[in-house]
Amino acid sequence: MDAIQLSLLEQVAGLHEVPEGAYNIRSNGQGIARNTTANIDIVTKTDKPGIDIIIKPGTKKESVHIPVILSQSGLKEMVYNDFYVGEDSDVTIVAGCGIHNSGDKDSEHDGIHRFFVGKNARVKYIEKHYGAGDGNGERILNPTTVVEIEEGGYMEMDTVQIKGVDSTKRTTRAKLSDGAKLIIREKIMTHGKQTAETDFEVDLNGVDSSADVVSRSVARDTSHQLFLSKINGNNACAGHTECDAIIMDQASVSAVPQLTANNIDASLIHEAAIGKIAGEQLIKLMTLGLTEEEAEAQIINGFLK
Amino acid sequence: MLELRNISYEVNEDQKEIGILKNINLKIEDRFVAITGPNGGGKSTLAKIISGIYRPTFGQILLDGEDITDLNITERARKGISFAFQQPVRFKGITVKDLITLAAGKKISTQEACAYLSEVGLCAADYINREVNASLSGGELKRIEIAMIIARGTKLSVFDEPEAGIDLWSFNNLIHVFEKLHEDVQGSILIISHQERILNIADKIVVIANGEITEVGTKEKVLPKLLCGSESCRFYSAE
Repeated sequence: MDAIQLSLLEQVAGLHEVPEGAYNIRSNGQGIARNTTANIDIVTKTDKPGIDIIIKPGTKKESVHIPVILSQSGLKEMVYNDFYVGEDSDVTIVAGCGIHNSGDKDSEHDGIHRFFVGKNARVKYIEKHYGAGDGNGERILNPTTVVEIEEGGYMEMDTVQIKGVDSTKRTTRAKLSDGAKLIIREKIMTHGKQTAETDFEVDLNGVDSSADVVSRSVARDTSHQLFLSKINGNNACAGHTECDAIIMDQASVSAVPQLTANNIDASLIHEAAIGKIAGEQLIKLMTLGLTEEEAEAQIINGFLK
Repeated sequence: MLELRNISYEVNEDQKEIGILKNINLKIEDRFVAITGPNGGGKSTLAKIISGIYRPTFGQILLDGEDITDLNITERARKGISFAFQQPVRFKGITVKDLITLAAGKKISTQEACAYLSEVGLCAADYINREVNASLSGGELKRIEIAMIIARGTKLSVFDEPEAGIDLWSFNNLIHVFEKLHEDVQGSILIISHQERILNIADKIVVIANGEITEVGTKEKVLPKLLCGSESCRFYSAE
C-alpha cells in the first residue's frame, strides 16, 4: 500500500497497520489482504464481487474489519457483502470506505451490506466514509444496508461521513423479530455543493421489538441533505426517530419522518429539529475568550462527536 | 478596576426610543460588589454591556484605565472579564469537562476540572463527562456556569442572579461558594442578586431602578433602607 492508501485506511478504519482479528482489505477493486480466525470466516463470492463474512454461533469479543479504499480516479464498483452473525455471538464489525480522487473522472463505491443477525446475537457495526483528493472528479458513495434481526438480537449501527464525499445516498432497510433491538446513530457533515441523502425504513415485526434512529448533521455552504426515516410498528413495539440538523451559509436540509402504527400497542415517536447555531451558544463561548469562528467549530465538533 | 462613564442604553420599540439605562456612572474597585433593584430596572442589561454583548448607546467603559467600549465579547473576555449568565446555555454533545476546559483556556486534567465542580457542590464524578444538554436541571447548569467562572479566574467576574433557579438547600452551599470566592478572589466580583444573604457579603451595594443608580454604599448603609421598604424598594420587603 502507498501513503495515500494508508492514510485512507487510517481515516476510515482508524488503522495504522493491519488490524487484529479477522479482516479483509479491498483496494482499487481488489482484495489485497485477508485474515480469518477460528470463529470468523471470510469467503469471496463466486457469482458477484464481494465477500461472505461468517461468524460462528457463540463468538464473543471478536472483531472484523473490512475497509475499502479507492485511490484510482475513475474507478466505479459495486460490492456485495453478506454478514452471517451466529446466535449468541457478540462482535464488532468495522466497515468504511475512503476515496482519494485526484483525477478528473468520478470515483464511486456502491456497497450492499446485508446482515443476518442470529438469535440473541449482538453486533456493533461502525461505518465511516471519507473522501480526499483535489481532482475535479467526484467522490461518490452509495451504501445500502439490509438488516434482519432474529429473536432477542441486537444491532447498533454507527455511521459517520464528515468530509470529502461529494454525493451519497444511504439506504437502510431493517426487519426486526420478537425482542430484537436496532440502534442507528448517523453523523453527517456536508460542505460545498455536496449532497447527502439518507433513507431509513425499519419494520418492527416482533413483539417488544424496538428501534432508535438518530441522525445528527451539519450542512454548510450550499450543500443539501435529505433525511427520510420510516418506522412501521407492526406489533407491540417501540420506535423513535430523530433528526437534529444545523444549517449554515446557504445550505438546506429536509427531514421527512414517517411513522405507521399497525398495532394498538405500537408506540412510535419522531422528532426533527433544523436550525442555525443558537446565538446564545456562540455568545457563551465568546465570553470564555473564543472567537466567533472558534466557538462555531467547538459547537459543531461537539454536536457531531 | 472597572469604570462605567455616562453609560446609556436605548432601544427602539414601536419607533420610540426607550431608555433602559440612563447615564450610569460607577467604579468597581472593591472585591465584591452587589447590584440589586427591582426587576426590569436594567441590571442584566448593564451586565451585558460590561461583557460586550450589548453596546452602549452612549458612554465609555474602562478596564484598568483602558477604554474597552469598542472591544467585542471575545476581546473583553481575553482582557479579563467573565460573565455567568442568568440562564445558562445548553450545548448538545459538549461535555461539562469540555466547557470547564474551554473556560480554563488550557488543557487541564480531569482532576483539575473535578476540583472546580466540587467547589460549586457538584459531585464531580457524576458530572464531568455529562453533556451540557437538556438532561441537566436548571440548578445543575447554574452551578456549572459558576464553576466555569471560577476556572477562568479573571480579574472581573460578573454573575447575573446566580441564585435564580437554585433550591433553598443548594442555596446555602452557594452562599459558601461566594464567601470563599470573596476570600480567594484576585480581582473583583460583580454580582446581580436579590438575595439578602448575598448582599450581606458584599463590600458595596449598588441599587439600580428604572435604569438609574438610586443608591451606592456599604451594606451597612444600603441594606437597612432596602429591607425597611423605602420608596424604590417596597419590592424587597414583600419577598
